[in-house]
Amino acid sequence: MHITRGFTGRPRVADPGLPPGQYDAGDDWPVLSAEVTPELASADWTFRIDGLVAEPRTWDWEEAHRMPPSAYEGAIHCVTSWSKFGVRFAGVSLDAFLDTARPHASATHAVAYSHTGYTANLPLADLTGGRAWIAWEYDGKPLAPEHGGPARLLVPHLYFWKSAKWIAGLRILDHDEPGFWERNGYHERGNPWEEQRYAGD
Amino acid sequence: MTETFVPPTRFAVPGRIAVSEQAASEWQTATVTGIRRETPRVTTFRLAVPHWPGHLPGQHLMVRLTAEDGYAAQRHYSIASAPDDSGHIELTLDHVEGGEVSGWFHTVARPGDRVEVRGPVSGFFAWPGDRPALLIGAGSGVVPLMSMIRHHRARNLTVPLRLVVSARSPEELVYARELGAETTAVFTRSAPEGVAVGRMAAAHVAPLLAEQPAGGWEAYVCGSNSFAEHASRLLVTAGQPVDRIRIERFG
Repeated sequence: MHITRGFTGRPRVADPGLPPGQYDAGDDWPVLSAEVTPELASADWTFRIDGLVAEPRTWDWEEAHRMPPSAYEGAIHCVTSWSKFGVRFAGVSLDAFLDTARPHASATHAVAYSHTGYTANLPLADLTGGRAWIAWEYDGKPLAPEHGGPARLLVPHLYFWKSAKWIAGLRILDHDEPGFWERNGYHERGNPWEEQRYAGD
Repeated sequence: MTETFVPPTRFAVPGRIAVSEQAASEWQTATVTGIRRETPRVTTFRLAVPHWPGHLPGQHLMVRLTAEDGYAAQRHYSIASAPDDSGHIELTLDHVEGGEVSGWFHTVARPGDRVEVRGPVSGFFAWPGDRPALLIGAGSGVVPLMSMIRHHRARNLTVPLRLVVSARSPEELVYARELGAETTAVFTRSAPEGVAVGRMAAAHVAPLLAEQPAGGWEAYVCGSNSFAEHASRLLVTAGQPVDRIRIERFG
């Protein structure tokens, strides 16, 4: 650690919700996606779970909305070092989808993929137990296209690149396969509390 | 049963770009060696980085500043300089109102100061100089694109390269002195005599897509999110395939 001459930083407010190396973005919600925002109507949105599951299945917008609603209220954390507090997402818990598809006992990981072709890998344990959602509402309104609408994956306890926008499906695997940013040098898991930003962290 | 299928990442090229895990995970100390005003709001900071592993145009790095009480702030910044600038890298930073890190650079930093850097990181927006590149930027979004132009010149590359850049006025056009025949400037608030004022439009982009080089363009878009949305739509409307558009958005 090197002290930077003359650097004082923002006034420090001890916030136990702020992981190391992060700052509070306040009302801002920066958009970070590497690809063109797709024009994807909710009527054309589908979500599929396949791979190592007992029942591969695709849900359309109407079918997904008939599942029990579930909401997340809390913080999100981006690897570029902003965090955002008090966000409110609504959708369906991923547990509800996985309970239908029933992953095999050998399943350990998933590749989440989007309608644009974006991918992110996640341990299955990070997608179950009420910690992951398919989200289509933000702050009571439909999720904006640039933030992943009509629906995105939401895994708020990991860096937000794991929460694939325009989510199209999960392929359940018995091993880990790096996704888009992971092949570009980012960390395999991305836990903000451990500052797992880049491969080797 | 072992599944090996991974859904195709349509817009990926990263196979050709290896990001060094070691470079990405180690912090090192860089020394400010020069400060150069570009526009009233934008300044270039030159850093000596003795163990810089090299980068590709378009890559970025993290900068970390640490206060006396141990509080640290880190930010991602695009690298402005070409890879061949031996032992040095340059960052060109907007003076963001209330910016914690950019504010330190603009109001405190002077030659001799030391900061920590880590990188280069991310290969997606990088351009190795191997394919025709159509660069579209606005404001300080021109920074990683300038690294590509400098690389193109430094290596005397012959692969086609074009830049369409938007600025509020000629005074706010970053790197104005360096931009050359490859560049079309678009001014949104005020323009030199005889040049139209207005937003970047199909008329700026469509002619470039009408005269495709062999193999087609690889498009790189960098700017604010609203600009990136606008510019990427112009490209798509003009026929550029979505999987050959890379976007770097500035909050």
